[in-house]
Amino acid sequence: MMTCKEFVDFLMAYLEDELPSSERTTFEGHLAECPPCKTYLDTYRQTVELGRSVCAHDDAAVPEDVPEVLVHAILAARKV
Amino acid sequence: MEPPPPDETKLLEGLRNGDADAFEALVRSHGGRMLSVAKRMLRNEDDAQDAVQDAFLSAFRAVGRFEGGSRLATWLHRIVVNAALMKLRTRRRKPEEPLDELLPHFLENGHMERPAQPWSQPADRALESQEIRRLVLDGIAGLPETYRTILLLRDVEDLDTDETAKALEISPGAVKTRLHRARLALREILDPHLRAERG
Repeated sequence: MMTCKEFVDFLMAYLEDELPSSERTTFEGHLAECPPCKTYLDTYRQTVELGRSVCAHDDAAVPEDVPEVLVHAILAARKV
Repeated sequence: MEPPPPDETKLLEGLRNGDADAFEALVRSHGGRMLSVAKRMLRNEDDAQDAVQDAFLSAFRAVGRFEGGSRLATWLHRIVVNAALMKLRTRRRKPEEPLDELLPHFLENGHMERPAQPWSQPADRALESQEIRRLVLDGIAGLPETYRTILLLRDVEDLDTDETAKALEISPGAVKTRLHRARLALREILDPHLRAERG
């Protein structure tokens, strides 16, 4: 038997395939019987995906201007 | 190995020849993006500008060894992430901020206090919404520094556990625990906004 709290505790280890086989079986048993935990796992995965894709989107967006003071500081430091 | 685009080839040639205009062009064309990466990691304008300056100076020194195996932007991205990490290491270490308030809550019997509900749209569709993108960026920015840094290094910069542990001078076990807690906290932040049935 595994509680929902234990399920959440072991979630990342499960997704990274780091659970020993007996604990994996227990985890998957809980997953099959507990719809809220199945939903929790799905939304946890989506959280990771959103973090990754939103930051990648942000990196690819039109960049902000570099402050002039920074441009000058970098070019001056290069000459030192 | 893909050859660099023609404008990059010319820029690289100028950098290798010590052409001052080429250095300025590099700073102007890539500095903004690098500043935004540094700010995401450091959450402080002055520190971010310092990290970008350090990154460019490292890049200027190393440009002779840059073989063009990746795009200049990719190479500079890695350099500024490393410069931001150096900055984080040299900052006076702050006491670790608690994260418990942001973690899921459970009843005494181990059930969730608030059972999970499906989200209204899959991650790829949510990405199209500027409001959700802002929510995710603000959510990450709002995590305590230790957790934010680990989430960025592992989930965004794609460092593995050992590389992250080495970069932050902590154990691999601590990286795993904090990454999981950071993801749980970010999920809790996003959940009320993305639940199919709000309320």
